[in-house]
Amino acid sequence: MLYREAGDFKSTYSSDNQTFPIRFDRYAYWAALGFAFLVVPFLLTDYWANSIVIPLLIYVIAALGLNLLIGYCGQLSLGTGAFMAVGAYATFKLTFAFPWMPIYIVFILAGLVTAVVGVLFGLPSLKIKGFYLAVATLAAQFFLIWLFTRVGWFFNDSATGMITMPQRSMFGVTVTGAAASAIAVYITCLIFVVGMSWLARNLTRGTLGRTWMSIRDMDIAAEIIGVNPLIAKLTAFAVSSFFVGVAGALLFGVYLGAAEAGEAFGINKSFLVLFMVIIGGLGSILGSFLGAAFLVVLPVLLKLMLVDTLGWPADLARHLEVMVIGALIVIVLILEPHGMAALWRTIKDKLRLWPFPH
Amino acid sequence: MSETVLFAFEAALNGLTVGIMYSLVALGFVLIFKASGIFNFAQGVMALFAALTLVGFQEGAVPFAPLINATFGTSVHNFGFNMPTLLAIPAAVAVMVGFAWLVERIVLKHLINQEPIILFMATIGLAYFLEGLGDIMWGAEVKRLDVGIPQGGNVWFEENTQWLGMGNENFWGFYIDTLNLYALVIAAILVTALVIFSQYTKQGRALRAVADDHQAALSVGISLRFIWVLTWSIAGIVALVAGIMWGSKSGVQFSLSLIALKALPVLILGGFTSIPGAIVGGLMIGIGEKLFDFFMQPIIGGATENWFAYMLALAFLLFRPQGLFGEKIIERV
Amino acid sequence: MKMMKLAAGIAASLSVAAPALAQDLHFPMLSYRTGAYAPGGIPFADGYQDYMTLLNERDGGIGGVPVRISECETAYNTERGVECYESIRDDNPLVIQPLSTGITYQLIPRATEDGIPIHSMGYGRTSAMNGDVFNWVFNYPANYWDGASVAVNYLTSENDGSLEGKKIVLLYHNSAYGREPIRTLESLSETMGFEFSAIAVDHPGQEQGSQWLQIRRERPDYVLMWGWGVMNAVAIQEAANIRFNMNNFIGIWWSGSENDVRPVGAGADGYTALTLHGTGTDYPLYDDLQQYVIDAGLAAGAGDQIGSVLYSRGMYAAMLAAEAARTAQEIHGVAEITPAMMRDGMEALSITQERLTELGLPNFSAAFDVSCENHGGGGQAMVQRWDAEADEWNLITDWISSDRELITSLATEDSAAYAAENNIEPQCAM
Repeated sequence: MLYREAGDFKSTYSSDNQTFPIRFDRYAYWAALGFAFLVVPFLLTDYWANSIVIPLLIYVIAALGLNLLIGYCGQLSLGTGAFMAVGAYATFKLTFAFPWMPIYIVFILAGLVTAVVGVLFGLPSLKIKGFYLAVATLAAQFFLIWLFTRVGWFFNDSATGMITMPQRSMFGVTVTGAAASAIAVYITCLIFVVGMSWLARNLTRGTLGRTWMSIRDMDIAAEIIGVNPLIAKLTAFAVSSFFVGVAGALLFGVYLGAAEAGEAFGINKSFLVLFMVIIGGLGSILGSFLGAAFLVVLPVLLKLMLVDTLGWPADLARHLEVMVIGALIVIVLILEPHGMAALWRTIKDKLRLWPFPH
Repeated sequence: MSETVLFAFEAALNGLTVGIMYSLVALGFVLIFKASGIFNFAQGVMALFAALTLVGFQEGAVPFAPLINATFGTSVHNFGFNMPTLLAIPAAVAVMVGFAWLVERIVLKHLINQEPIILFMATIGLAYFLEGLGDIMWGAEVKRLDVGIPQGGNVWFEENTQWLGMGNENFWGFYIDTLNLYALVIAAILVTALVIFSQYTKQGRALRAVADDHQAALSVGISLRFIWVLTWSIAGIVALVAGIMWGSKSGVQFSLSLIALKALPVLILGGFTSIPGAIVGGLMIGIGEKLFDFFMQPIIGGATENWFAYMLALAFLLFRPQGLFGEKIIERV
Repeated sequence: MKMMKLAAGIAASLSVAAPALAQDLHFPMLSYRTGAYAPGGIPFADGYQDYMTLLNERDGGIGGVPVRISECETAYNTERGVECYESIRDDNPLVIQPLSTGITYQLIPRATEDGIPIHSMGYGRTSAMNGDVFNWVFNYPANYWDGASVAVNYLTSENDGSLEGKKIVLLYHNSAYGREPIRTLESLSETMGFEFSAIAVDHPGQEQGSQWLQIRRERPDYVLMWGWGVMNAVAIQEAANIRFNMNNFIGIWWSGSENDVRPVGAGADGYTALTLHGTGTDYPLYDDLQQYVIDAGLAAGAGDQIGSVLYSRGMYAAMLAAEAARTAQEIHGVAEITPAMMRDGMEALSITQERLTELGLPNFSAAFDVSCENHGGGGQAMVQRWDAEADEWNLITDWISSDRELITSLATEDSAAYAAENNIEPQCAM
């Protein structure tokens, strides 16, 4: 009843191949976009923006990147934190070297820098896979963080090693630094999210995406039928690192404003994004959104419920939160190993027939 | 002998002993991976939890004290007695066995036949859960762990190696930490015990059978679930030993769980499925780290320990992916 | 049904109430009772809370207005710090104590924009002592560069006035915090003639074998430590292992608490550390604390940290905040002050020994004044030594001053760069 598929016939190839073939989905998508761009800025309070929505948008981009690598191409990577750091430090150096450059361009350039670094650290994937590749990316994680703390050039030789984002504006509106309004930052992040997910969705629908998926499913067989594993794996690393780099640039540039490599981009960050991807669902664009939402909102929600409403001591609440997250990860993995996206797919399949059972 | 050679040798010696400490942690990983193909990321947190439990028993602390106090408004902290170490250690072992049983029942049973990455993620979730649980049960302050193992530079060893300097006044004999010597002995005993267990006992053979082929083991009547509980219990005991050794060095606190990250390169070098491999891998990583730091510190600065082990593992992976003693994986299309 | 209850619960907790009028003095407390640094964060938070509770119970608040503390758990994580800041920022917070250098760096631009003073006592951005540029940030009574200078001055006095030819090694945590003193120590080594080298310890510092082997080889005369968390205890243990003379091992005030020395046992005897304030329960204030807070069952946390170094530090921070609030009330003539008034109070703060004795904390703190240009207080610290047998810290010196001239010039240089980046006009023209 919700999904009126009867009578919806396609007459051109392009309409048959579109991302949202069902009309309801299309309208819902446009409505959601309109809501996000036109309605939410007026509803958003500063607290909601800065504590939930903006980090959510940033982590969505990171989760998208990691999902492309792990979910679509099957290469396990635990170096997400360090690649985000590359994006952040690249932003810092670029915007200091070229203060006149529009900040959106800086973010994209930072992403490209990260893509190059990602390809470099992805080279071992040509020889190793699975857990062993995770170890290689962990090497990247630890090495890059050490590099950013050690070599003064990266943080302009400041006494402490911390990098801070100067104030920059775009289209006449301040978007970085403390004077930036929450709405401006929100719109910036939203623009990037929409752009990047459009890019991700179309990459995965095209030849490149299918190449990746063939490598994921059976790489030896893929090689036999003529898929070039070198191109496939390295492009996966490149695109994934681009996404993660932009996420890191945004995290530092518009959200945190000041960062230190070891603390903000440590191994915990890598695990956090990995959790988002796993819980959201490997190999699914929507899964990245759901996973990021789950892991960003859950701690805040728990804190509000336990500390503010029940009045528990803050440390007890935090320990409980860690336990709940761990338990939820295990439960989600037991009940639905393919994540929340698979759950959504099941619901959608049922909805397409509802109220008819068959 | 020149100073540099002597100091390099000293660094290597210390690397050996530190490597043993890494191997202790890696042993637990190997055990679980052998029997069930799961890479147990929670091993580090298990070491922390085991050490916390031991200290808790030793001090007679009330488990879940903060939770009880928060809910009921009471102020209990200690039972009032101190359990002697000889009693506390078996008690901690019993707790780890109970934990293994619970994990098997609640987590592993439902995840049979899932992909390795799902199992890996489940152990990460387990690690988070256990960490929060440990903090709620025993509190998050730093605790002193004292099971009677002496610490400090070994004076006897220092004095007796002074002659190697041959009058060089900058050399004062080799330094070695007594605790690390004890760790060497304990690790040797542990590994011998494990090898004897797996080669000469019925359950050990069953363990090797399960590691080889789950289906075949099931078909000859080996209870997979019992073997898993057994494996996780042994891994828990190994975690307890690792927790005691590391906890004696630096106190029992959250950072103890980070030693798991050091075990990964050890496993790469030694092979995921080999117990002697874990030892050899640990030794190599330890020596490599210390020598690298010794030679490179003037050039690129210190604090390279975090990533050197991984770089070494990476280099190894490119030439011998299955590690020194691991089994070569043959993939069929 | 369960979903309904859950939804209702979520809805209830999400409806954050609009900020009410300030009927009390809101002192937010960003603490970390969990995470890797919990052993350091718990006593501080306890001390802060207990002092404020005492003010409420004994005096009815400050100037007659009750004090309200809201605790927000950051687990030393910068993103949570931002979340905590966002949640309290509309609630009329009088002063924010971020308790972490990383969070402080983040909050400086935000709090400056929102008009909320930050007090980063003995940590944070050192150049914030320059009130001309950092109008809303205070780091009295001393900062890291002061600490480095005080340590060097202490060592100079131990060596009959000259450190020529001596070897000093800095063992530091490889983070923003740990690298703070390097520049100061390098300039001091040039002027005072000692040999200086710095050895880094990677986070978390659980394994320091190579570093201490190096120290053993080099045999420096003194080792200074800028560590935090588990790095402290491991370093002290390793120092004891290589039989380094603990009297020559001096830590900054964040490396000198019971958590760092107790795990080492007898080996830590003689370990020396700087301190910004007195320690122990030997002050008249503790009688009041015992009566109004502890015996009344209102002690924070588990009540087992009372009198420890970090507990005293938390109490000190609370005491300074309360005194600044009092000063603000006097200046502006109202009891219910706003954050802007609090800033004025902090800028006009003057701690004297008479006032300290009145408060029941004689010689607990150095006497210092805050002014518009100098947000860093007096820059004095004491030196304390651990007695492992008696399980307590003993003060072995009185207040030692730092080379304030050098420090101020370094701070002006660093803050000028910040001012240029952010187009900040000098604020202290009057």
